[in-house]
Amino acid sequence: MSEGGGIEARFAGKLGAFAFDFALSAPPRGVTALYGPSGCGKTTLLRCIAGLNRVRDGLCHVNGEVWQDGARLFAPTHRRSLGYVFQEASLFAHLSVKANLLFGAPPLGARATPAVGWDEVVDLCGLAPLLERAPRDLSGGERQRVALGRALLSQPRLLLMDEPLSALDEAAKADILPFLERLRDRLSLPALYVTHDMTEVERLADHLALVDRGRVVAAGPLGQMQSDPALPLAGARGAAVTLEGTIAAVDDSYGLTTVAVSGGAFVAPGRLGPVGARRRLRVLAGDVSLALAPPGPSSILNVLPARVWSIKAVAANELVVVLGLGADGAGDRILARVTRRSSERLGLNEGVCVHAQVKGVALSRDRGGEA
Amino acid sequence: MTTGLLQPVALTIELATVATIALVVIATPLAWWLARSCAWWKEAIAAVVSLPIVLPPTVIGFYLLVVLGPHGPGGALAQLWGAQTLAFTFGGLVVGSVVYSLPFVVQPIRNAFAAIGDRPLEVAATLRASPTRAFFTVALPLASPGLLTGAVLGFAHTVGEFGVVLMIGGAIPGRTAVVSTTIFDYVETGEWGAANALAAGMVVFAFVVILAMIAIEKRFARGRS
Repeated sequence: MSEGGGIEARFAGKLGAFAFDFALSAPPRGVTALYGPSGCGKTTLLRCIAGLNRVRDGLCHVNGEVWQDGARLFAPTHRRSLGYVFQEASLFAHLSVKANLLFGAPPLGARATPAVGWDEVVDLCGLAPLLERAPRDLSGGERQRVALGRALLSQPRLLLMDEPLSALDEAAKADILPFLERLRDRLSLPALYVTHDMTEVERLADHLALVDRGRVVAAGPLGQMQSDPALPLAGARGAAVTLEGTIAAVDDSYGLTTVAVSGGAFVAPGRLGPVGARRRLRVLAGDVSLALAPPGPSSILNVLPARVWSIKAVAANELVVVLGLGADGAGDRILARVTRRSSERLGLNEGVCVHAQVKGVALSRDRGGEA
Repeated sequence: MTTGLLQPVALTIELATVATIALVVIATPLAWWLARSCAWWKEAIAAVVSLPIVLPPTVIGFYLLVVLGPHGPGGALAQLWGAQTLAFTFGGLVVGSVVYSLPFVVQPIRNAFAAIGDRPLEVAATLRASPTRAFFTVALPLASPGLLTGAVLGFAHTVGEFGVVLMIGGAIPGRTAVVSTTIFDYVETGEWGAANALAAGMVVFAFVVILAMIAIEKRFARGRS
């Protein structure tokens, strides 16, 4: 077991009739999404890591700390430096928002400068107008923001979030997602994020662990997992790849932004930010069509040279093609969904050079809308 | 006559106050354990605590006499300070009242603890609160309406008891004669006016208690919503 950074967790056991055998490795930085259908055991895994559930056959190392080592060592939850955001906000009803936030914070003067400061959390989660209110006077989204701030102020070394948005309506979700994005971008805190919503994964996750029937089926960087033809994500309806890029240019006269990714650059509508800013792009497999030669004049903004990595049948007459961007195919991977007939006509095969025409590219913040 | 009436009233209030404090101190950890423990035999303990609801006060009084008397553990205890027995003393009344009223205090507190559920305590643990701190800063405040209900019920039940205090206390004026036993004595000696004064006072007291209970329940319901 590595003594260094990162999260190593293994839990095997039974909870009622549910048997599980989890093995999870997550990097010491960034958001790792635990993604899977309801009832697959994502929450159980998270609760085992937090020490809220105890299984004899368990092992948990977090950034060099040992939280559990079989039956020999089991640190109770309150001795684990974690933050936990539950599905329902679970604020203390007898305390004000401010008192809720301070509940887990180290006492004033205990440490000169806590890693996560009061002002930073209040600002990050937009809590200033809520501080003196009672939890019952808050909306669902506000409550969840307070719960998030409360967890952060306890100075965790690992943040655990159990479907924090699933109990909220669409408007409240849209309200809180930007806060989570800012959190990811501003704090270096590693986080495990349980969800069954791919939109949340695309917007928030850096890494992805697929969970199914009590097991971690696969885990890795998000883009790699999305474009792995061996995994169910690439073949799913609405399959997409999330790309991390940097704004290379902004064309003010046409209102277009060029975002450079590994192996190419995408032009997206809108002014997406200053040059040099990091942005996440989402490319739908269904929006990508392939041509062997550079197409003639077209309204399509994005035509990128790419190379076929692999091809996989996903339906009777439909294929998913994994492409590497760039003439040598060494850049980021994207997916293209094509019919079997097109594939045969183009003679698609591993190693074939193509031109990928991408109809639409969007910031992953907006589902296909304008940026 | 007024001093004659005031003495049992003062004694009753003193007894009920001491008994209520003892009841809350004993019932709170007991109710916590009953609400949270997974032990299979906890309901047997709960049944023992609830026995006074079913048993006639004379049965409880009888066994309390045995236990507190010169030949029981209570007598042995009393010898520590040179007395012979706890029976027919104020201390004996307190013990009897606590035993008799315990189920009425344990039940609402247990329900209040159970209603909190696991979640707030889990949240407290994820915020570094030790189980002790979680108990005092989360469980107790959240269960406070139940504690208040239990305390009011315990106080009222102690004021209202008759059989147990008569058997264990013997209604000795100035020492163990409380309002309920004094009313009985007044009726026996034909002093209807005095009996009526005390009895009417009890009716008013009971009315206020029940009204207070309803108010607590309402506040509780509002706080939850």
